[in-house]
Order: sequence, then structure tokens, then C-alpha cells
Amino acid sequence: MQRNEPSQPVPDGAVGAEQNRRTLISWLLGGGIAASLASFFYPVARFLDPPQMAEASVNEVAAGKVQDLKPNSGKIVRFGNKPALLVRVNDTEWKAFSAVCTHLNCTVQYQEARREIWCACHNGTYDLDGRVVSGPPPKPLEELAVKLRGDEVVISRRV
Amino acid sequence: MSVKELRARTFDWFDERLGLREGRDLLDHKVVPVHAGTTWYYFGGITLFLLAVQLGTGILLLLYYRPSVAEAFDSVRFIMTRVEFGWLIRSIHSWSANLLIFAAFVHMFSVVFTHAYRRPRELTWLTGIVLLGLMLGFGFSGYLLPWNQISYFATKVGTDVAATMPFAGPALARFLRGGEDVGAATLTRFFAFHVAVLPMLTFAFVGVHLLLVQKAGMSTPSGISPARLAQMKFFPSFFLRELMVWYGVLAILGTLAAIFPWELGQKADPFSSAPAGIRPEWYFLAQFYTLKLIPSHVWFMEGELLGLAGFGLLAAVWVTLPFWAKGREGEGRTRLATGVGVFLVCYLFAFTILGYLK
Ligand code: HEM
Ligand code: FES
Repeated sequence: MQRNEPSQPVPDGAVGAEQNRRTLISWLLGGGIAASLASFFYPVARFLDPPQMAEASVNEVAAGKVQDLKPNSGKIVRFGNKPALLVRVNDTEWKAFSAVCTHLNCTVQYQEARREIWCACHNGTYDLDGRVVSGPPPKPLEELAVKLRGDEVVISRRV
Repeated sequence: MSVKELRARTFDWFDERLGLREGRDLLDHKVVPVHAGTTWYYFGGITLFLLAVQLGTGILLLLYYRPSVAEAFDSVRFIMTRVEFGWLIRSIHSWSANLLIFAAFVHMFSVVFTHAYRRPRELTWLTGIVLLGLMLGFGFSGYLLPWNQISYFATKVGTDVAATMPFAGPALARFLRGGEDVGAATLTRFFAFHVAVLPMLTFAFVGVHLLLVQKAGMSTPSGISPARLAQMKFFPSFFLRELMVWYGVLAILGTLAAIFPWELGQKADPFSSAPAGIRPEWYFLAQFYTLKLIPSHVWFMEGELLGLAGFGLLAAVWVTLPFWAKGREGEGRTRLATGVGVFLVCYLFAFTILGYLK
């Protein structure tokens, strides 16, 4: 209070010191509040961020028996926690792809009549090599390898 | 003591403690302008009414709904088939959500075409925009809750659109999904958003929105001189009319819900192909169809990104409308605003229809 009153002049240095002290104290106070707020909100922000799930990294899955899939047909099988599309092109030829559309993640399907892979979400189509034929998908489907082990169809990541 | 006296004394008792008189005076003095566009004043109220319907039916649904991947679909089926009038309550909640968004859109466009956004109502406009965003959020999160095929894949696409946004996109998608993919965690989150987060925000914003409307009074379209303006009292004249409108809306709602009960579809199966005919709710159809049209690569950009940039730009223009739609006189560029409004209505209308047909 006093230092504001002209009738009681205070030496310049003292005003400066007083000011400095006040500035320092408000900085400390402000900083303390900011730090404590940060310490409240940091855990909340971290809490909102979902924990990283270990991706079940499979390299190989058994996708069923040969005789269960007729020629010129396809089916969705689990490949780890993602869907894969297994296609029996004809009696002897098999193909497999990640079934996750490269556009916006829908699950694709095999279209027997047109011998194409089709995504219902935005009408994207791929050929039997996984290449984009039409529609919005920007990239080809990831191809997987198919092996026959006796009468068992086995899908694996390509190396 | 006569009944009249008793009433007066009760009133006085409460008035002394609550200041009822001030409220009564306020209500007494509130007026609504009467002119060719008065009808549009009803749409904010219709939106508000439908919001109340959502609150009521939503709480009822909460009594039986179970927010888990294993149980969600079956609990909704249980509501539809076993709970008495469950089908009606669910159907009303779904229909009312759609009518609400429609009413909010009509309300918003009427604000644009009558230029009610002008000074000093910029904040009313902004809170209204936030409310519309919240309503769309309700629609998007609610759509997933029955956990059926269509909604599962619509949510996959919807959150993936968010993921293609530059910079914050992937983090936002993770936040929405509660993980890398749409799954159990997404359902839990969407449930929390739908029944806790969004309602709280909505009530706060509706409160501010109405307070601002009350503070500024009803605006009148620019062509009409304030001196010659006819008015009616808000209470009881306008209020009773609004009440009749609500009755009408309720009748429409009940009819729709009873004659066209909301479908449930098939339980979502993450390991099946996206079903044909998948599409989002109609109020996202225009954007959905636009994305469908854009080729995968345009010039150097991914098509997706270009679409998003376009939407972003349009949204920015729209949100800031009260700030650029004024000239030096405060009237200047309102024509431009009308033009942008007409363009937007035409675009939304045409693309929504095309999205349905294609
Ligand atoms: C949940 C959604 C909403 C509710 C419940 C709501 C409610 C209301 C109500 C009851 C009124 C007063 C009556 C009327 O003018 O119709 C009003 C006025 C107004 N609203 Fe909304 N509203 C909503 C959304 C919006 C949106 C999306 C906008 C625009 C972006 C908006 C902008 C305005 C403006 C500028 C006014 C003042 C109109 C005038 O004074 O003539 N509101 N709102
Ligand atoms: S998600 Fe497959 S075409 Fe869009």
C-alpha cells in the first residue's frame, strides 16, 4: 500500500526490490498452480489413451479343409486378430489376402460371378492378385501365402 | 382463508425466498415478433422438445441395455421382443434422434436465411454450432450401441475417416476406438460418450444457448422496420402455440415409430465381410457419398484427404459465418451468406438423395 502514496517516497531501489519480490512470488504461485494442474491432467490424458495391446502376431493359421471350400468361392478366416480372405480360384489354385480394405478398413468379400474381390463399403474392387481394379482403395490388398498340408489349407505371411 | 388468499400467500412465501416475481415479470415482458417468417421461430423449440424426448426414452432404454460386445445386441433384441412396449421406446428414441437432427438443421438454416446470426448474436450462433456437433456425436455414438453389422462397419469407416486426418488423425481415431480397431473397447467408450459425456456437455450448451437467446431477444429479419413490427406476448400466446406444435411433432413421432419400427439387423461379426448396402445414417450420407465419388488419387493427394480438406474448409466458412457475413454497415455481405446457405442446402439435399439411390 504505502509505496503508492506520493507523500511517503520510498527510495528507488526499495521499490525495485519490492516489485521483484512480488513478481517472483506471482511466478512461483502461478508456476505452482500450473504444475499442479498439469499433475492433475497428465494422468487423465494418459488414462484416455488406450493401452497398447500386444498384437497377436501370428504367422500361420489353419484355414480349414480343402473340401470345405468349393472352387470359385471365398471365405473369411481369422488371421490373428484381423480377418483374412481365402479364395479357392479353381480346383488347384488358392489365394489369400488380408481382408482389410486398404481404403477405410472394411472387410472385403469374394464375388463369384465376377471373379473379383469386392468391398461393400464404397464399392472398391480388387482382382485376384489383390490389385485395385476400381473404386477408392489407394493400395493393393496385402497378399498372404497359401500352402496345402494334406487336406488342410494353411495361410501364412509371405516372406 | 379462501383458496385465492391461500394461493397468494403461498406465492408470497416462495417469492420472498426465490424471487418469483422477477421471473414472472421477465416472462410478462418477453415478446415474439410477428411477421412472414414467424413460423421459423418454432424450430428451436421443436429441437428442444425432441431433446427432452431423447432424454426420457434414453433413460428408459438404460434400464435394459447392456454395453458389452457379448450382450449388447441381445439386450436390444430383448427390449424389442420381451419388454412391454420396448419396441416402441426404442423406436421412438431412434426416430426422435433423426427428427431432432433434421429440426436442428432446419433451425440452423432458418437462422441463416433470416440473418438472425448478426451482431449481437454471434455467440448464439457459435453455441448452436457446438450443439449441432454434439447432436451429430450423439447420432454417431448411438448408432453403434445395438452392435449390429451395419453399425459396426459404419463405425469402422467413420473412425477411419477420422484417422486419415493429417497430424491429429491417428491419435483421434485411437481415442475414439479405445484401441487400434473397432471392438469391445469402442463399444464401451461410445456408451460412455453417449450416456454421460455428451448429455452433460449438451445441457451446459443448451443452457448457454437459451440464455443468450433470452438476453438478445428474438431477432427480426432485416427487411422489417422495428417501429412497425407486430408482436405477440411470449407467454401465453407464443408458448401455447409452441405447445400445440409439440403435440403435432409428438403425433408424427408416435406414428412413425409405430408404423415403421426401427430395425435391428444382424449381430455384428468382425470376422465377416462388410454386408452390401452398408451406409451411415442419412445425416452423414452426403459426406459418405462424396467420399465414394472421389477417386483414390487426385493429383498428388490421396482422395480421402482431399475430401476431408474440402469438408474442413466448408465447415470453417460455415462456423465463422457471422464474422464474415457483415459489411461496414453490418448488412453488407448477408447476400453472400444467403448464397452459401443455398449452396449448402442444395449440396446436402442432392448428395443425401444420391447417397440413398446409389
Ligand atoms: C440441440 C440443438 C438446439 C436447440 C435445443 C436449440 C434451441 C433454441 C431455441 C429454443 C431457440 C429460441 C427459439 C427459436 O429461435 O427457434 C433458439 C434460438 C437460436 N438458435 Fe438454437 N437450438 C439448437 C441448435 C442450434 C443450431 C445448430 C444453431 C445454429 C448454428 C442455432 C442458432 C440459434 C440462433 C442464432 C438463435 C437465435 C434466433 C433468434 O433470436 O431469432 N441453434 N435455439
Ligand atoms: S472401405 Fe473398402 S472401399 Fe471404402
